Amino acid sequence: MSKNCFVKCFLVPFINLKKREVQVKIVYYGPGRGGKTTNLEYVYSKFNDRIKTDIVSIKTQGDRTLFFDFLPFNMGKIKGFDVRVQLYTVPGQVKYNATRKLVLRGVDGLVFVADSMEARREKNLHSLKNLHENLASYNESIFKIPLVLQYNKRDLAEQGIPLLSVESLEKDLNSKLRVPSFEASALAGTNVVTTMKKIITMTMASIESQLK
Amino acid sequence: MGGRKLGYILGKEELTGIEHALGQNLIELGVHCVVLIDMAGNIITELDNGEMKPDVYSLAALAAGNFGAVSAMAKIVGEDEFSLLFHKGEKECIHFSKIMTDLLLITIFDRDLSLGFLRLKVAEAAEKIEKILES
Repeated sequence: MSKNCFVKCFLVPFINLKKREVQVKIVYYGPGRGGKTTNLEYVYSKFNDRIKTDIVSIKTQGDRTLFFDFLPFNMGKIKGFDVRVQLYTVPGQVKYNATRKLVLRGVDGLVFVADSMEARREKNLHSLKNLHENLASYNESIFKIPLVLQYNKRDLAEQGIPLLSVESLEKDLNSKLRVPSFEASALAGTNVVTTMKKIITMTMASIESQLK
Repeated sequence: MGGRKLGYILGKEELTGIEHALGQNLIELGVHCVVLIDMAGNIITELDNGEMKPDVYSLAALAAGNFGAVSAMAKIVGEDEFSLLFHKGEKECIHFSKIMTDLLLITIFDRDLSLGFLRLKVAEAAEKIEKILES
């Protein structure tokens, strides 16, 4: 194996045949204040009896994600391999693209957390375009990588806050991608685990198909 | 999902060779813990002296991010990379060394060990690992 091949092939995922372990990197992407960190916090609160470590967060003083949040956990065995899932979030703010791009390195699966608020429509579109560009910089395609859309903050409708309809979100974000999507409330926990299970299943299926 | 590249699978023999190189060059030298990761934050292998058990998964994620951030800073000031990355604590120190283009060797040691000697041994281990992965 040449040096160049090693570098090219070393992208994703990492499979350790000696320890029989697969490490899977799932990244939550989306506009700032969309609920990416809240997704991870809910997962942690729900499964903290099974997750041995704390969430690692690199935040600004104003409690916004500066670099990433990181939550690793063991999923148990699939086909004799220990599957270790590593959930990451990126900083959503536009100005942090350099660090956002770093987190995306070696990603195996993605959850795009869209903000359902009407006022955030442009921010969703901008963030999805940014994801497309950042993946392309690693020679990855948004159309090939396992991806799930989550339309977050659906609970805000009860408070009379104007929300984009699911049809409108689908048209804006999913008309070309045609990937699974879920209405959710990260704060209340609605569909947070469903979203996570879906992306893990899709990512594992992708890995299995590559192993054949 | 077709068309995505398969990630690298490391075989038992390669891993055993890498662990041997790290054990012989670094753990026997008195290093507390050594972790080989890729730039995505995945752990390739980890060895320790039996006393120190850090949370290596969080360490790997943070180290990959840290190294990426420092490399990006290097480019801003017109450098390809900063070759020495070293954090010195009151008791423990961390040394980072890039291997080939996509691997990072993290070494945790105390102040009894001289940095110069450690760097020499890290370089030797890195050379052995490169040979294993290129063969």
